Amino acid sequence: MIEAKELRRRFGPVVAVDGISFRAAKGQVVGLLGPNGAGKTTTMRMLTCYIRPDGGTASVCGHDVLKDPVGARRSLGYLAENSPAYPEMTVGGFLKFICDVRQIKGRRRKAALDRVVPMCSIESVYHQTIETLSKGYKRRVGLAQALIHDPDVLILDEPTDGLDPNQKHEVRKLIGAMAKDKCIIVSTHILEEVDAVCSRAIIVARGKILVDSTPKELKEKHHASLDEVFRKITSTRGLVTV
Amino acid sequence: MNSFWAVFKRELKSYFTTPLAYVFLVIFLFFAGYLTFKEGFYEARQADLRPFFTNLPLLFVFMVPSTAMRLWAEERKIGSVELLFTLPVTIVQAVLAKFLAAWLFLGIALALTFPLVVTVCYLGDPDIGLIVTGYLGAFLMAGGFLAIGCFFSALSKNQVIAFVLSVVACAVLVFAGMPTTLNYVSTFLPPGMVSAVEGMSFQVHFDSMQRGILQFQDIAYFILLIVGWVAACAIVLDERKAS
Repeated sequence: MIEAKELRRRFGPVVAVDGISFRAAKGQVVGLLGPNGAGKTTTMRMLTCYIRPDGGTASVCGHDVLKDPVGARRSLGYLAENSPAYPEMTVGGFLKFICDVRQIKGRRRKAALDRVVPMCSIESVYHQTIETLSKGYKRRVGLAQALIHDPDVLILDEPTDGLDPNQKHEVRKLIGAMAKDKCIIVSTHILEEVDAVCSRAIIVARGKILVDSTPKELKEKHHASLDEVFRKITSTRGLVTV
Repeated sequence: MNSFWAVFKRELKSYFTTPLAYVFLVIFLFFAGYLTFKEGFYEARQADLRPFFTNLPLLFVFMVPSTAMRLWAEERKIGSVELLFTLPVTIVQAVLAKFLAAWLFLGIALALTFPLVVTVCYLGDPDIGLIVTGYLGAFLMAGGFLAIGCFFSALSKNQVIAFVLSVVACAVLVFAGMPTTLNYVSTFLPPGMVSAVEGMSFQVHFDSMQRGILQFQDIAYFILLIVGWVAACAIVLDERKAS
């Protein structure tokens, strides 16, 4: 459902993403791992057609990000880092705006809201303005926004960032529950999360894919915990390339 | 409702959910009234809105950029631009929707100066046609200023910078048509260039509409100005949204 081909992007002299290719199918939860500045967010932004790749291309549900960005965006849900939203709007108003943009109206809109609001447990803040919410609630509103059109592809940039342990658990459960009929990409640097939710782990550093494997295989191959594997892969390879 | 209308509606609503609209309207209407009645309105002993329209460009130089500055600068600052452009909306749709929402808001502000019209109607027998073309010119001029402000707002993440740059750009376009400027310019430029400078300014085109003359060239001037700056805004935004 997602296919990235040789994605490249640079910002001035900095090469953020340097030839990333992978495919992800329905039913997979792909964990995109990497140290800060590895190019995770940039990759996700290219998949969601927010920024254009300098080279290579990608497609989401058959929509090419260069030729049909609106089609690609229509079929995916995206939770960006820091879950941006309009602070002066109420949660309900904001979700209704997203419905309007995604052309979900009337009875379908009501059904979508009834489904997504309890799912992300934001009933209690439904009438509050977004600027008054705590980070955890903002994150959940962002998640609700990404799920409202029940997309086939979900791209979540650090979905559990800023949540308390209970909320983290809830979100992971949610991702797990949706996994079988969606294709989900999660970026994170919390490794327990990969163990908990991902069926596949892609480790990136300096804009390149270093490892594409499953969490289980990684642990078996290196006879170590994911933490150690991660450190080993990203730091030693890092030094070699320097 | 397609995504254009969704963005348009949200934008227009956002003016009224924040104090922005009310602060703007109160200050705009106060100065619109003050500058009209300050001098010459009663002395002219003529029931028309000339003093109002004459002072409008000056008022717009400050008021319109203050509406326009937030359009994209704020969106980029708080990061919601990333949300907006990962929704199924094209850049052109979003830029137009936000621009038109702001323009309509300025239209509302202009419409709320209706007590002035009522006043002149009460005091005498004004030429309604003149007032209509005056308002049309004012609305087009607001659109032109707004398009400039919209561009600078996309250029800078900082609202203050966006405001200052658009005030300067608008002021240049207003003052280029003032007789003092033209006199000075004519001391070193050939007459052809002087009339080019004059033709570029808001003043000339707005003046002729105030006199009740609807000319193709005046309307075309405003339309071109708006289309040009809005298109530039879309291009700049596409380049800069992620930086």
